[in-house]
Amino acid sequence: MAYFTLSQAPIDSALLARQLADARAGACVTFEGWVRDHNDGHAVRRLDYQAYAPLAQSEGERIVREAVQRFELIAAECVHRVGALAIGDLAVWVGASSAHRDAAFAGCRFIIDEVKRRVPIWKNEHYASGESGWLHPDNTPVE
Amino acid sequence: MKYRVLYFASLRDKAGVDTEEFQAAHADPRRLYAELRERHGFSLKQESLRLAVNGAFVGWDHALADGDEVVFVPPVSGG
Repeated sequence: MAYFTLSQAPIDSALLARQLADARAGACVTFEGWVRDHNDGHAVRRLDYQAYAPLAQSEGERIVREAVQRFELIAAECVHRVGALAIGDLAVWVGASSAHRDAAFAGCRFIIDEVKRRVPIWKNEHYASGESGWLHPDNTPVE
Repeated sequence: MKYRVLYFASLRDKAGVDTEEFQAAHADPRRLYAELRERHGFSLKQESLRLAVNGAFVGWDHALADGDEVVFVPPVSGG
């Protein structure tokens, strides 16, 4: 199982979740990030994700490894889409399994928060007005 | 020295290219960004960027070497 993957193709969340299964695991927490139709008061039509792939890959992997160690997870994985996405598309998936639920919740949360903070992936939103814009981590536009 | 600079997000839009070769007589990444910022009219300040050299994050005091792949990493917005 890969710790972190950038994917051009749609994410199969059911398949990914099954891969976390382990006889020692009593809990599995998954997170799905979806493309929503609005941000910061703008109607969003679609968006593009761009990544600096080699560094996104290594930094993403580092985060998931950190989570496994820190929260004693049994398995964890994150997949992030790149390219053009439509409203409702699954943009990012995180899964974490562990013996007990506290670690699975904490590990899953840690992974998505750190991915958003550290992995070189950028979101370009295309608005209903015809304009588009790159965003900062807090979803405010780049000036 | 010759550097290969890769652009992403708003820097790519402003530069109009994904990548460019840049000749410089120094090894200072801060100075390199200032020169490219002037050339392309980047709005992002150097303080808001991270630096990556040859596919790894490094500090701004990192000395560049001939042939390095340099990326000025804008604030990220994945997830």
